[in-house]
Amino acid sequence: MGKLKYALFTGCTAKESTPEQLMSTYAVAEKLGIELIELSEASCCGASHLQDYDDFLSLVLNARNICYAESRGMTMVTICNTCQLNTAMTKHRLDNDEKLKARVNEKLAEVGLEYKGTSQITHFLYALIDDFGLDKISEMVVKPLSEFNIAPFYGCHNIRPSELQNESHKTKENPYNPTSLDDLIIACGGENVDYDEKNKCCGFHAELQAPKTAALLTGKALQGAMDGNADFMVTPCPLCHLKLDTQYDHASHAMGRDVKMEVLHMQQMLGLALGCSVEELGLKHHVSEITFA
Amino acid sequence: MENNSVTTKSVTFKVFRFNSDTDYLPYYKEYKMDVTSEEVILDVMDRIKWDHDGSFSYRRSCRHGICGACAVQVNGKATLACKMNAHELTNIFGDELVLEPQSTKRSIKDMIIDKSDFWEKHNAVHPYLISHIDEHPEMECAVSPHESENLMEADLCIQCGACHYACPVVELNEDFFGPAAFVKAYRFEADVRDDAHHERLEELGQAGQGVWDCVKCFECAEACPKEINPIEKITKLHNMLFQDGNIRNNGVAERHAVGFAHSIKKHGLLDEGELVRYSEGNIGVLKHVPVALKMFKKGKIVLPWNMPKSDKLDEIQALIKSSSVSKY
Repeated sequence: MGKLKYALFTGCTAKESTPEQLMSTYAVAEKLGIELIELSEASCCGASHLQDYDDFLSLVLNARNICYAESRGMTMVTICNTCQLNTAMTKHRLDNDEKLKARVNEKLAEVGLEYKGTSQITHFLYALIDDFGLDKISEMVVKPLSEFNIAPFYGCHNIRPSELQNESHKTKENPYNPTSLDDLIIACGGENVDYDEKNKCCGFHAELQAPKTAALLTGKALQGAMDGNADFMVTPCPLCHLKLDTQYDHASHAMGRDVKMEVLHMQQMLGLALGCSVEELGLKHHVSEITFA
Repeated sequence: MENNSVTTKSVTFKVFRFNSDTDYLPYYKEYKMDVTSEEVILDVMDRIKWDHDGSFSYRRSCRHGICGACAVQVNGKATLACKMNAHELTNIFGDELVLEPQSTKRSIKDMIIDKSDFWEKHNAVHPYLISHIDEHPEMECAVSPHESENLMEADLCIQCGACHYACPVVELNEDFFGPAAFVKAYRFEADVRDDAHHERLEELGQAGQGVWDCVKCFECAEACPKEINPIEKITKLHNMLFQDGNIRNNGVAERHAVGFAHSIKKHGLLDEGELVRYSEGNIGVLKHVPVALKMFKKGKIVLPWNMPKSDKLDEIQALIKSSSVSKY
């Protein structure tokens, strides 16, 4: 296997409210010998809200982001579930609708770009599983997480809608019984916790519009992991992470009981197992402080 | 000849049982059965009733995926019992399947639920054509093929309730119309013959009950047995709300969606702090200060003067200028 090389679409959150996610992504990539070229030209994906306001603009901006992966001749790797969904959905719509593609390309031509559809778009979690391999990861583990019960939290936009998601990667994930993150936990030597909320919504996207609903969803997720006797949660999505890591007060209030959990990004969990330092993984940037590492 | 031999598997069904007239609490009863690769979940339910316990209750009618009566959940997965092959489910969940009604808390008897909330929401969106019909028309009321395509198959809904009871917001917010009602509303909003677009949209845009409370989890898209993709229609309704020039609620939700365009225009990326301020307003934003302070202490807040920008921002700005369809 040659050296794996991807175009990294960081998304906005990794550059702002979850700096630890970007740090740990690079730390893990270096340990595994994966090269990540940052798409510095990329814009925000619209986070599933811009399309409510202006669907066509959202398509054009996402297509532009993909153009920069195409011009580098690389697969685009995302580290945010919502970036993944918005980008993959744009690709799906353009690849299956010549007229729409032509309309979008007409706009892109104004800035000298063309969407071709030549780059794959995959979340880092699936890139690791499909291209690098869990066996190889477990061989490289130097500090197995064998003393921990770890609750996976998948995040909606990596598993639904399944038809679209399963176009993007080889791992065939069923949204009602997903396994990828559980498999990564096991590869890191941890004990995976099974609980009802692992494939449910954290409420992030309605936090401002429907704060009570959002707080209840966060609360149920934290409660599920706590009652499943988890030591910490792990998620591939920085938006889920933000919600679970910072909103425990609102969640506790909504639930009528204290709910709080330490939550790691999947890159941080993997990094710990691969022997990265606490500093490299940015563990000090958590609001629900990390006490075990 | 193709090899299409029938296979058999031993499957344990853990079945939700509850009789609201006599039981204080529900319970689960196990039935171990040999199930062939040709049987659907409705066959299994029939056999439980016929071979094991005649009191087992469920709704069934057409057996052809049209009436929507036999919708249940298997291991939490929305399932139209007459369409879902039992072996297919064991491939996903293993050889122990949990058979439950669409909503355990609404169970009247076993799989039969009180679906009145579903029909109340359905009625609330005025699910019919509202049109001033000329009693003596001089020409037909034509709908072009292109115009009928705009319904995007929303008219195929069989009202089984799979998406409604899969929706986490329906579960938590009793005012929320839910995905099935939104699909129905869209079906008439997209109908060129309907004259009540504006009035219906106004109700669909209300906080609490309307489309803004959707959490975008895509459970509805996954649950629908007719592949109607309710969240796609919800997005269309969002777009319609912005396009209807007379609806300017100017609420948090609307500003939140528009705020992305403002932020991308300025930085290429999203300015998270500014988005919250713009959405909530200068006073509303204050309620976020406690969490923001905790985040600031952990280095999770980028101050305005340090806001990162996308490379080639001029390109992004040019595209926003040339490609924007909506105005706010």
